[in-house]
Amino acid sequence: MKLRDIAHSRSGDKGNISNISVIAFDETDYPFLAEHVTAARVAAHFDGIVTGTVTRYELPALGALNFVLTGALGGGVTRSLALDAHGKGMSSALLDLELPDLELPAPDRHPNNQNGGERP
Amino acid sequence: MHSIRIGSGAGYSGDRIEPAIELAERGGLDYLVFECLAERTIALAQQVRRRDPDGGYDPLLATRMGAVLGPCRRNGVRIVTNMGAANPLAAAAATRAVARSLGLDGLRIAAVTGDDVLEAARAADVALEEGGTLRSLGDRVLSANAYIGAFPIAEALAAGADVVITGRAADPALFLGPMVHAFGWAADDWDALGRGTMAGHLLECAGQVTGGYFADPGVKDVPGLARLGFPIGEVSADGELLVTKLPGTGGLVSAATVKEQLLYEIHDPARYYQPDVVADFSGVRVEEAGPDRVRVRGGRGAARTGLLKTSIGYVDSCIGEGQISYAGPGAVERGRLALDIVRDRLALTGVRASEMQFDLIGLDALHGDRLSRGHAPYEVRLRVAGRTVTLEEAARIGNEVETLYTNGPAGGGGAWKSAREIVAVASALLPESAVRPIVTLLEA
Repeated sequence: MKLRDIAHSRSGDKGNISNISVIAFDETDYPFLAEHVTAARVAAHFDGIVTGTVTRYELPALGALNFVLTGALGGGVTRSLALDAHGKGMSSALLDLELPDLELPAPDRHPNNQNGGERP
Repeated sequence: MHSIRIGSGAGYSGDRIEPAIELAERGGLDYLVFECLAERTIALAQQVRRRDPDGGYDPLLATRMGAVLGPCRRNGVRIVTNMGAANPLAAAAATRAVARSLGLDGLRIAAVTGDDVLEAARAADVALEEGGTLRSLGDRVLSANAYIGAFPIAEALAAGADVVITGRAADPALFLGPMVHAFGWAADDWDALGRGTMAGHLLECAGQVTGGYFADPGVKDVPGLARLGFPIGEVSADGELLVTKLPGTGGLVSAATVKEQLLYEIHDPARYYQPDVVADFSGVRVEEAGPDRVRVRGGRGAARTGLLKTSIGYVDSCIGEGQISYAGPGAVERGRLALDIVRDRLALTGVRASEMQFDLIGLDALHGDRLSRGHAPYEVRLRVAGRTVTLEEAARIGNEVETLYTNGPAGGGGAWKSAREIVAVASALLPESAVRPIVTLLEA
């Protein structure tokens, strides 16, 4: 299963630093996220793209994690040569992260389930 | 006053106009805030002001003011904005002219100045976060602007301003100013200032909390993005916040949209540094209180640092860029061949670039080729960008892409090129004692 199946994400920029939130659709999945979406895994996912460090902040009250990636934006938003200088797409890249399958099928977990959103 | 309603009318300088008109007309607002000043914009505005002493403020100011001053006057809505950019006084005069043309006699417009700290920053030769000091940038420095806080804005409102126009101010402070004014929060009421900052942070990007920058079809659906409604924050005297939007507008306010925006551009959520407070979002809770109504509680704050973030604009370099597309069978291979040709041409013709980027859009431009795992797209777009010292040198990069039309692989189409001077921004810290905000009031 992909991270995208249980969480959503938004990326933001400040200078040469990108932050990527990872937010559980269902707050009860937070412990699973906290166990599997570690700073080391995020750093490995962005290997070759991010030149600095990855720091993880935990927000159990929101069911969310916040990752701060230094050296992530081609030297800084205002001078980067990159097509996506702000790193707006970093969140989408992280949602591709492969996770072990959750044991529960959790049909109610997904907020868009009633709209036919696919579940693992 | 028990609570106030603050609308967010723009999340960046080019943002849509009609959502703010809807808010001014039927938002039941007390305040309408326009956040229009990105980090680099003020340096570019400073360049404009040097050529034209009456310029250097937001180019859409007259359009936005023309659209909302009338309904705001009718409905008793006061406006706060950083559209003053590098010249809040000229922006206030321009707003007065718009007000007079609309017959809004007696409208009071305040300019908040004092954020321009170039002399103080030069005198202190401030250290740059990026390394070195201000002096190391030599004569390339264009501007230095400190992020001022909420209290000068509150002061302007207390003086009776209907419209408050700042230059560089912390984005959340544009919202915190009205709260400080309405509720009389003290400058050391850290929890109240922290909660107000949280509210301002959630609202400052306008549509980003009402379903913009959020939709992901089949996973996170959002209705009506072409008619996205901008947010209204209902803030109580103790800083509790309800985020909502107008009925009949597009978009979505949900726990998920609010959580995403709460963490947007945040590093340590327990320490969000602002001019007035160090806000703490770590214990915030978000609760849906009805359709498009989300309650946010639990923000806190700690004593401010006494240091103000200062953005230093400078001429960094030039960037030359070229693009061209390939499609059909073998598109990726032809794109790769084209990249090799451009590489060789830049070397053969002696183009001096300190940094180069070679992309195939559709394959590896955003995150490298490892994450796209070698899938074969139907079409790719070559993109070559390089950093140079001069604009002439930069132009040669785009030219070497354009000449692929007649000299490169088969079927290259849609070539495009650009060469531009790059004004970049570096950051420093200045003691707040070096910054003296001044409020000037004009009347239409």
